[in-house]
Amino acid sequence: MPDTTALTKSTDASAAAAQTPTTTDSGPAPGKPRSLWSDAWHDLRRNPLFLVSMVLILLLTVMAIFPGLFTSASPRDANLAEHYLQKPNWGHFFAPDWLGYDVQGRSIYARLIYGARASIMVGVIVTIAVTITGLVIGMLAGYFGGWIDTVLSRITDVFFGVPFIVGAMVILTTFEERSVWVVILSLSFLGWTSIARVARGSVITIKQADYVVAAKALGASTTRIMTRHILPNAIAPVIVVATIALGGYIAAEATLSFLGIGLAEPTVSWGIDVSAAKDQLRNVPTVLIIPSVMVSITVLSFLMFGDAVRNALDPKMR
Amino acid sequence: MGRYVARRLLQMIPVFIGSTLLVFLMMYALPGDPVRALAGEQHVDASQIAALKAEYGLDQPIWQQYLNYLGNLFQGDFGTQIGTQRPVAEVIADAYPITVRLAIFAFVFTVVAGISLGIIAGLKAESLRDRGLLGLTLVLISMPSFVLGFLVQYFFAFQLGIAKPNVSLEPTNGELIMPAIVLASLSLAYVARLTRTSVAENIRADYIRTAVAKGLPRRRIVGIHLMRNSLIPVVTFLGTDIGALMGGAIVTEGIFNIKGVGSLVFEALSKREGATVVGIVTLLVIVYLVCSLLVDLLYAVLDPRIRYA
Amino acid sequence: MTTIDKTAHVPAPRESVSGDGPLLDVRDLHVEFHTRDGVAKAVNGVNYTVSAGETLAVLGESGSGKSVTAQTIMGILDMPPGKITQGEILFRGQDMLKMSNEERRKIRGRKIAMIFQDALSSLNPVLTVGYQLGEMFRVHQGLSRKDAKAKSIELMDQVKIPAAAARISDYPHQFSGGMRQRIMIAMALALEPDLIIADEPTTALDVTVQAQVMDLLAELQREYNMGLILITHDLGVVADVADKIAVMYAGRIVETAPVGELYSRPAHPYTRGLLDSIPRLDQKGQELYAIKGLPPNLTRIPAGCAFSPRCPKAQDICRTEIPPLAPVTEQDGLELVGRGSACHFWKETIHG
Repeated sequence: MPDTTALTKSTDASAAAAQTPTTTDSGPAPGKPRSLWSDAWHDLRRNPLFLVSMVLILLLTVMAIFPGLFTSASPRDANLAEHYLQKPNWGHFFAPDWLGYDVQGRSIYARLIYGARASIMVGVIVTIAVTITGLVIGMLAGYFGGWIDTVLSRITDVFFGVPFIVGAMVILTTFEERSVWVVILSLSFLGWTSIARVARGSVITIKQADYVVAAKALGASTTRIMTRHILPNAIAPVIVVATIALGGYIAAEATLSFLGIGLAEPTVSWGIDVSAAKDQLRNVPTVLIIPSVMVSITVLSFLMFGDAVRNALDPKMR
Repeated sequence: MGRYVARRLLQMIPVFIGSTLLVFLMMYALPGDPVRALAGEQHVDASQIAALKAEYGLDQPIWQQYLNYLGNLFQGDFGTQIGTQRPVAEVIADAYPITVRLAIFAFVFTVVAGISLGIIAGLKAESLRDRGLLGLTLVLISMPSFVLGFLVQYFFAFQLGIAKPNVSLEPTNGELIMPAIVLASLSLAYVARLTRTSVAENIRADYIRTAVAKGLPRRRIVGIHLMRNSLIPVVTFLGTDIGALMGGAIVTEGIFNIKGVGSLVFEALSKREGATVVGIVTLLVIVYLVCSLLVDLLYAVLDPRIRYA
Repeated sequence: MTTIDKTAHVPAPRESVSGDGPLLDVRDLHVEFHTRDGVAKAVNGVNYTVSAGETLAVLGESGSGKSVTAQTIMGILDMPPGKITQGEILFRGQDMLKMSNEERRKIRGRKIAMIFQDALSSLNPVLTVGYQLGEMFRVHQGLSRKDAKAKSIELMDQVKIPAAAARISDYPHQFSGGMRQRIMIAMALALEPDLIIADEPTTALDVTVQAQVMDLLAELQREYNMGLILITHDLGVVADVADKIAVMYAGRIVETAPVGELYSRPAHPYTRGLLDSIPRLDQKGQELYAIKGLPPNLTRIPAGCAFSPRCPKAQDICRTEIPPLAPVTEQDGLELVGRGSACHFWKETIHG
């Protein structure tokens, strides 16, 4: 299952970002110098926003990998005759009819659970793709400068100049079959520019730092300087931008699917469900509002996560 | 200064060509065919298609098509819509005024509400009030505009009945308020957060301490010393944001049935009207480039430490 | 030689003073900071007085509490994290800590002004110096823009900034470091305050410029007969301008003395250590003395005398009992006016 590996990868990455050599007691050992990362971890662990978002993200991740754990109903079983547009049965917690049925007589609750996979997959994989692309381009431009920087920066400007959603729509409309991977491709193709700019900026600052100058003077190789000195120090702002962008990609997928240009049936996507329920707003608003709220909660979880990480990693804000 | 502007304008040329070329390639080099899209399910014989393709120059190699397009563009010719046979420039000109009106409304709303909320939060950073407002902005940011659009429509039109769900063909200013709020919400939240961060950071600056030590009244310290510094990044953000707002809002315009540029680009995409899509994107790229130049110049005006040579 | 009793001969202050008391009287001031590492006790019972025309130098390393005391007097302490737990600050006999915010604001700038260390960051980068100087007159005296501008040019002339009229609409970053510090001084002087607090006014400057700025400050102080609190860590700066010195360590005053006395006969091992660590021409070739160890962490100030872990003369009593600031006398018991030392062994230190 390709999405599973991607998801595990991402949890590893975020754990590695937060994971630091730190003592297990409530605070850093007295007198011990604190590093940016251990300080950040110390902050994060007591940030309720971070804890709430972590729980939500974990829940969503499990939902994406093992939707069967949450519901026995299938999101694609349509029973128009019996279930057409049924209102929610608020008392039947987690039962197929809990949140009612949509215009095709499918369980809204089941579609809610199964919709997580597309959302999380798109968000996580696009974020990984744009972070790697942006980081490589930004670091090359920032470290080498000169004509390499000029060329790479202009290319970044060109991609940045194309409006994001319109650009993604142009790419998507050319595909006959729009799978999750096509959506991932179109968002990644245009999305790497802000990370490249952030990475370039911080590499230029770090390049002039005394410890890099010293490493160069000691004869360290370019690869060593890049991987040992520049990358670890340039990564913090990149992680901040990336975690916040993740929520944005999930919103972008939902928006594109809503517009009928992103994911298409039979893929289960909250954006498609909202779009299909468009005309029911006056009669059975829950059909439309439930998947809408789900998208928002998912985006919010990643935004809160990103926000908490940013606050922890940005000592200036203390 | 003059030399800087000239240099920036020169730098814009490759970016402009690159961005339009990128869209052009995505539109025409990737599979998908406007003539076929026009024909739809009907059976059209091959010779008819070939004739139509020749008429619009679609049978030429892609680089030739792009050069032709660019050449026409510099003469003010955006091409012709295949479906309606109307000049693209005219179609865009029809749709643009309503988008601009919507953008202005949304912009005013962003500036007024965003900056006020940001100041209120930033003056008391880390307080309950600050955390509450920050939470609110996060919620706003996490709602894609179709979600917010439907929620607003549901409550104001269907529950409270104080607004019509869709605007009329020639919308009045009053009808545009609801869509403008939806369109503004995202930028509003960003502006509030940016202002808040900037205010919270600057309020601890040494020069604020000096201003307090001078015995200035609080409203002067905040209104002049703090604001003049804190709003610099906000103003630059607003500069790029107005460019984005001018680009029309596909979702918002769609939900409220506004016939602006956003609806136009969506419609053109589904009909694969390449000339219209590329034309609109070209316009957006120009707006973006001009805005980013203006922002840089504005930056120099607001911050005397910045001098462009 | 300047001595402490000089204060008695000082001409009467310009305005009538309620009573004969000093201009400023800080009594038993305690300030702490609540940080994530615990409570930092920055000021632990500071007492000092300044009279009109008098210069008090407050000497100490960074973290000794000298700047925090000054900020508390000025009313610009960040609260929270700062907290005044105890003490009084009497200005012309009135406790400023009991005043309303508005009352205190009216004293700031008009009666008590402050000069900061880093003029570049202390001046607003986006406002012209003319605007920032003129603001004093416009806010406190209600002058028009035009009159305020004329006054500002006058002020800049007074602090010897060349071509004042032409430079009035320049921004802070367009001036050199020394000129910027002169602008800070001009701003402090604008309303002819009774007391000026200068927090390391020359630390950020080149040595040659330092002397010019100090001379200017001393000259203007004499001219206006102001009280001056000069905060510094540099013994060299103090010698020529101060009347009396208070040496601070870990939030306490460990020694007070008239300036000449302190240099010739220190009564506290810390002061002695500071004096011994000044390079001297007649000791060329010898190793320079340095006080061993580091200043204490303010969240965990050592028990007893805070200096005891670094003190060459420390005994058992030093590690258990906090020495009070005791009057210092001659060997025959004759009181030395204005002298005090917070050392259990001050006698041995000064006479031994």
